[in-house]
Amino acid sequence: MKTSIFAAGFCIVASLAAAETPVLNVLTYDSFISDWGPGPAVEAAFEAECGCDLRFEGAGDGAALLARVQLEGARSEADVVLGLDTSLTAAAAATGLFAPHDITAAYDLPIAWDDALFVPYDWGWFAFVHDKTKVAVPPTSFTALAASDLKIVIEDPRSSTPGLGLLLWVKAAYGDRAAQIWADLADNIVTVTPGWSEAYGLFLAGEADMVLSYTTSPAYHLIAENDATKAAAAFDEGHYLQIEVAAKLAASDQPALADRFLAFIGSDAFQSVIPTTNWMYPAHTPAGGLPQGFATLITPVKSLLLDPEAAQAARGPAVDEWRAALSR
Amino acid sequence: MARRPFPLAATAVATALGVLTLGTLGAVLAQAGGGGLTAADWAALRFTIWQAVLSALVSVGLAVPVARALARRRFAGRGALIALLGAPFLLPVIVAVLGLLAVFGRAGIVNQALAAIGLPTVSIYGLHGVVLAHVFLNLPLAVRLILHGWQAIPAERLRLAAALGFGPRAIWRHLEAPMLRAVLPGAALAIFSICLTSFAVALTLGGGPRATTIELAIYQALRFDFDLPRAATLAALQFALCSAGVAMAGWLTVAAGFGAGLDRATAPLPPAGWRKALDVAVITLATAFVAAPLLAVVARGAPGLTNLPVQVWAAAGRSLAVALASCALATSGALTLALARGRRGFELSAMLPLAASSLVLGTGLFLMLAPWVSPPRAALPVTVLVNAALSLPFAFRILAPEARAIDADYGRLTQALGLRGAARLRWVTLPRLKRPLGFALGVTAALSMGDLGVIALFATDTGATLPLLVQRLMGAYRMDTAAAAALLLVGFSFALFWGFDHWGRRHAET
Repeated sequence: MKTSIFAAGFCIVASLAAAETPVLNVLTYDSFISDWGPGPAVEAAFEAECGCDLRFEGAGDGAALLARVQLEGARSEADVVLGLDTSLTAAAAATGLFAPHDITAAYDLPIAWDDALFVPYDWGWFAFVHDKTKVAVPPTSFTALAASDLKIVIEDPRSSTPGLGLLLWVKAAYGDRAAQIWADLADNIVTVTPGWSEAYGLFLAGEADMVLSYTTSPAYHLIAENDATKAAAAFDEGHYLQIEVAAKLAASDQPALADRFLAFIGSDAFQSVIPTTNWMYPAHTPAGGLPQGFATLITPVKSLLLDPEAAQAARGPAVDEWRAALSR
Repeated sequence: MARRPFPLAATAVATALGVLTLGTLGAVLAQAGGGGLTAADWAALRFTIWQAVLSALVSVGLAVPVARALARRRFAGRGALIALLGAPFLLPVIVAVLGLLAVFGRAGIVNQALAAIGLPTVSIYGLHGVVLAHVFLNLPLAVRLILHGWQAIPAERLRLAAALGFGPRAIWRHLEAPMLRAVLPGAALAIFSICLTSFAVALTLGGGPRATTIELAIYQALRFDFDLPRAATLAALQFALCSAGVAMAGWLTVAAGFGAGLDRATAPLPPAGWRKALDVAVITLATAFVAAPLLAVVARGAPGLTNLPVQVWAAAGRSLAVALASCALATSGALTLALARGRRGFELSAMLPLAASSLVLGTGLFLMLAPWVSPPRAALPVTVLVNAALSLPFAFRILAPEARAIDADYGRLTQALGLRGAARLRWVTLPRLKRPLGFALGVTAALSMGDLGVIALFATDTGATLPLLVQRLMGAYRMDTAAAAALLLVGFSFALFWGFDHWGRRHAET
């Protein structure tokens, strides 16, 4: 009896304490909060220093994230959105739902970064990944790939952010000649999948020689599986960048805490988790450097990136061009 | 004069389904945006209809000889084979695709065998690959629906046919063809409607943007263009096609009108000779077609089963709870609609969810609920509700023909005896519907273990369900663990299906 009264009292005190702890809601894509993603470690590290309760909510992928923000508008409970990429930031900025940040850090990105709304937290180069034991001499450009009889599997630009990245990659590298490149690539493309997981799964199942992924993908196989057979092919045209960003929502009821979280993104505690959970490059190289296997990855000499407005403007026509070239 | 068994309840169920399908559509349509359809959308519409029609016709066409062979032959393992036929239908899409590719893909067994004997390899990618996959996924459902039709022919009619010296040709003309006339349109309609909303299968096996379906155009409109009215317009097209299908199936369906039998279990004497050889060949081929990709799924997932992460078990528990709640909801809803009078309208409302775009449904529900409840908190209840709604058409399809037959065969007797309401349900309806009820519960429970298309927007802060966990594992490069978790998902789905189905079949021969 006594214990239950004590327990009841304890519960009341505990819930009062919980009510006083400020809550920071961070909306992100689902794979960020998974047990194999950065979420759990980031949550523990931030809560240890903020005296707050950090709550992640996972909503599909990057594109679903933006749709969710647009659907909720100013009503959203979220304070921070984490997981948009540079092909979506123009559309995100146009919603007017995001607030400027006050971070003035230098980033370890291959390009200069200056954006009032969005704070980068990681980045990677798109690349075609292959198995070295099966593809001895990988192609060194899109034209070489198109001329070869190698089979590739790619993601659909209408349903996936890597697919959209590939589309912008070809556009940034070839401009008006993009349609011709796609027409030449048509007989190399085994199939187009709705998302990255399906494409990568098909590649690992042996359905294609190469798959559109990231230059960092081989690091997963090397570090987590001790398998050194996977590699990314370096292309002479340069490699398109994906930069993943976070931003504060203007309607946040915890703006100070949201700012603090955006600053925390630049800390070693956050950044050191990224390479072996998100398998991307951290936006700030942590003091301990990159994990060992990362030294074996290719480093493209040239980085391509359309600025957000150009990417947004190019998307519609490029999708039409892509569809026309591959439907022939 | 027609009694109305559950007019109020049926109206309530139909209304709920209407809100979930057309209501959510309206909520999306009401948003701001462009809304106009493009030339590409019309091309997608043509491809969508074409592949759905082909998939439905091929599935049903192949299912007839398989169902007939299964109906008239008795052999060891027949029960297990019929249960196995439920499995492809329950596979998560990407798992089914990988299983099919292990057999028919570039590196699959078929192409390895062809290469080994020096023949040119074949490519699965294209319209034929899409149809192949849809047939693999839906042939078993068609076989089961048609098999039920065969079993519903009263044994007395078969005995009478034997006494009259009917040969196989005469039995076909007087018994089997009328039965098929009653069953086939509904089965074809169900498969047509499922294939209308195909997205991942069509795109992945279609080999590129030529194989664009409406569902993909909806995805693009919702996620990248944020043009909600355009998405809603496309979803409305899907509903219109489904409604046209319902009307056409209704027009083609003619009740068989065999009358009631005494439920005697009599194995009809199967024809011998070449017909026996044909039946053996048909059953063997169908088994190989269904089992080979399933074996590939098992072979791929089995090695990882011993090493599953702990989160898998909690996720499995959550998914089981969702499945049980959904199947109870779906089957009771379907039963209510199947027993109600004024059927054409109720049938349409029962079939609507089949043609619902899960993306538009999820978006619409989000728009309707978000002002009132915190989205993550609504995630699990919404999953239960949506899974129930999306699997209800299957339960309805399974229950409707036999519910109709009860009315025709026992309606007058029950009225003469003054059996009403609960008493009628207990003494006439439920016992006579036990077999389809078990099957319906099994199918809806198993379907509800899968499917997460709707939930993406609601987000999850707490635990994931098993399908979501499989997706997370794949997203984190852990394809082998994902394959094992997917196998576990299939195992649980199949166990649920088998358990309910077995309960239903315990006193029946199917």
